[in-house]
Amino acid sequence: MSNSLLSLAGVNVFYGEFQALFDLSFDVRVGECVALVGSNGAGKSTLLKAIAGLMSPRSGTVSLRGDSIGGIGAETVVKKGVALVPEGRRLFPSLTVEENLLMGAQAKRGGPWSLERIYQLFPNIAERRRNLGGALSGGQQQMVAIGRALMTNPDLLLCDEISLGLAPVVVRELYERLATIRAEGMAVVIVEQDIGQASKVATKLYCLRSGRVVLEGSPASLSRQQITEAYFGLETTAHGHP
Amino acid sequence: MAILEVIVQAMMLGGLYALFAAGLALVFGVMRIVNLAHGDFIVMAGFLALLVIWAVPVHPFVSLLIVIPAMAAIGYVLQRGLLNRIVGADPMAPLLVTFGLSILIQNALLQAFSGDTRKLQGGAIETSSMSIGGTSVGHYPILVFVVAVGVIWGLQTLFYKTRLGYVLRATSDDAQTVRLMGVDNRHVYAVASALAFAVISVAGVLMAVRTNFDPTLGPARLLTAFEVVIIGGLGSFWGALIGGMVLGLAQAIGARIDPGIQMLVGHIVFLFVLLVRPNGLWPKVGH
Amino acid sequence: MTTAIEISRSRNFIDWPGIVGPVLATLLFGVVAGLIDLRLAADMLIYLTLAQLWNLLSGYAGLVSVGQQAFVGLGGYTFYYVAVGLGAPVLVAVACGGVAGLLAASVGSIFIFRLKGAYFAIGTWVVAEICRLTVSITPQLGGGSGASLPVSVVKALGATRGMRDMSFLIIAFMLAVVTVSSIVLLLRSRYGIALIAIRDSERAAEALGVDSLKIKRCVYIGAAFATALIGSLIFLMKLRMTPDAAFSVLDWTAYVLFIVVIGGSGRLEGPFIGTIVFFVLRAFFAAFGPLYLVILGAVAVLVMLFAPAGIWGLITKHTGWEIFPVRRRKP
Repeated sequence: MSNSLLSLAGVNVFYGEFQALFDLSFDVRVGECVALVGSNGAGKSTLLKAIAGLMSPRSGTVSLRGDSIGGIGAETVVKKGVALVPEGRRLFPSLTVEENLLMGAQAKRGGPWSLERIYQLFPNIAERRRNLGGALSGGQQQMVAIGRALMTNPDLLLCDEISLGLAPVVVRELYERLATIRAEGMAVVIVEQDIGQASKVATKLYCLRSGRVVLEGSPASLSRQQITEAYFGLETTAHGHP
Repeated sequence: MAILEVIVQAMMLGGLYALFAAGLALVFGVMRIVNLAHGDFIVMAGFLALLVIWAVPVHPFVSLLIVIPAMAAIGYVLQRGLLNRIVGADPMAPLLVTFGLSILIQNALLQAFSGDTRKLQGGAIETSSMSIGGTSVGHYPILVFVVAVGVIWGLQTLFYKTRLGYVLRATSDDAQTVRLMGVDNRHVYAVASALAFAVISVAGVLMAVRTNFDPTLGPARLLTAFEVVIIGGLGSFWGALIGGMVLGLAQAIGARIDPGIQMLVGHIVFLFVLLVRPNGLWPKVGH
Repeated sequence: MTTAIEISRSRNFIDWPGIVGPVLATLLFGVVAGLIDLRLAADMLIYLTLAQLWNLLSGYAGLVSVGQQAFVGLGGYTFYYVAVGLGAPVLVAVACGGVAGLLAASVGSIFIFRLKGAYFAIGTWVVAEICRLTVSITPQLGGGSGASLPVSVVKALGATRGMRDMSFLIIAFMLAVVTVSSIVLLLRSRYGIALIAIRDSERAAEALGVDSLKIKRCVYIGAAFATALIGSLIFLMKLRMTPDAAFSVLDWTAYVLFIVVIGGSGRLEGPFIGTIVFFVLRAFFAAFGPLYLVILGAVAVLVMLFAPAGIWGLITKHTGWEIFPVRRRKP
């Protein structure tokens, strides 16, 4: 499809001898918001890492706008327009907020995102720009992490569990910002354990379990029960008991 | 005046030692590995300067124009080609590899240059002096001290006020995540190594002008650099200067009492600081 | 539905049968070498023992020391002082040498165990340097020019050269056998499991109640004792020591390191192979002078990069053999 941005087909990823992803296929269209749900250990982070180039698939293809990016290093994948906001934020503790953001600019991709725009988007962190990365609250750190990824001016933003450990009001604020980011036309993949939140923002949803896609479709067309079943791997009777 | 002489001697030793330590601290700070061949590379710089001077008779300080880039290139290639393969969780591999490297370099130098002691001729500056309060104070010790302060200040500024600086610090914090910003951590490690080797060159030449050197003096330099880093505190360039001064002063006083116990006094002061202040006198402060 | 649960407690049993294999191997090793030359055999057994000790320290206790020469020198010089200065019998003097190493390690460890990893390694080297410098300014020990053992002391071990060489070989055998046995017994005991646990993850081991600092210190001190005994024997054989030779990084650390790296670290079999390889290389290339050491250094670097488990590691990987197993397996 001409507006296909990212396409994975038959991807198998291993940690040593342990297989984490099995024959996985995954698509993201330009401007789309795709949610990836699943319990711990389902393979969601692994999938994002494989797309971002931190891990190499043993087989299968990963294509960005038709060009294969499977197996090339993360530092090159970023330059092609894919940015990952990693699980746990992983800010650089020895660097200030501003320096953390400037690190994103090392990818040297032109685009609309600059320090000023990031500070406009996240006023909280603008006032803390000289603080060390480690000296912020969880929500502020998450904003810096997202800002840092935006500074690479990606076409595709991968967000790994950005709501983890944050208060609901902070999570709402983050997702509002995400909506602003999306309004520019950026494609976003969000990994979420909160199915409700994921269904609200995404136009397509994948559910992973034990390294396989067990459900995919638009949130509108999938019932909550279907998603829950796929998530937990339960076959339910009409009364909802296993 | 004896005290002034001791202080001057301490300044020279301290400045030199601070330079020895700065390179070691830089590499450890960014890559978390200690190069046991560090001292041998300092000696190598001296021999490299010797080669340059044999080819083109210039003053040793002028030879730095070639020695610094040459050593930096060696540092880059060494890191990129060899040491990058062993950066990682296992602490034993870098130790063993760099120890093997140390033996290799010492003996390669021995084979090429023989065990004869050498010295670079610095000319007038080696012995020229000025008079302060009736005592003659050599120019060279002051020069060494000033250069050391300058280099340390330069490194500090580089690390905390420049783009290369925050890239180096970020890579030191989290080498995997910097890749997500398009930064090739293998290249950054190699640049850090090149930088350390540039500092090593300056230290090596300053040393080679002042004292006799031969291929086997590397390990002693390594131990000195290490003691300075521990005394001064890990993770801080100014700490290297302070550590250098403390060790230099200890040795200067020791030498004053009896030249044979100079090194021993230094070691004892090191042990004392290790016992009393295991984190050093000026541990990492940040900005 | 319940299943019966069996609880068994582990006793700290001493696995005596486990030492049979290593002891036989050591004897075989020494006897074959002894058929070539008695002194060579003693030399090889000495290096085998030093390598097993270094292997225990680095491969099992995670303590990379580049300062074991401190104990070789201390052992040798203490032996000299007790045998010559105090006139004690040879074997008593050798034992005293060992004790000196033990004491020095006990004191030294107070300081250097505050350091970790590479800095610990260099710390051990500083300790060795301090020992060397102290000895070289001590006139009673001959100072910088060294000390010689009067022949009368050595004659106590044998009237002729041949008888003395045999005595040296027997002492070397005893040291080697006792050391290798002790290492095997340690590794196959409760403490051995603790060591391997510490090696895998120190924090996790400590969370389970393992006092990792104490165990590591004990291993370090024990190894120092054995190394110092070897130092006494070395002085006894060489008759003359200078501080530079006694505390030589090259002879007592670099060569030992080479043996362990080439042979295979972390396994008992490695030092046997490494020692043989080292002596073969020495026989052929030592005449080349510095170039010989360039070759050794280069080989060590290449092995560490491309075959980090050494020769025995390669053999084990392809065949799965383990001559001296130290891991516990389910019966």
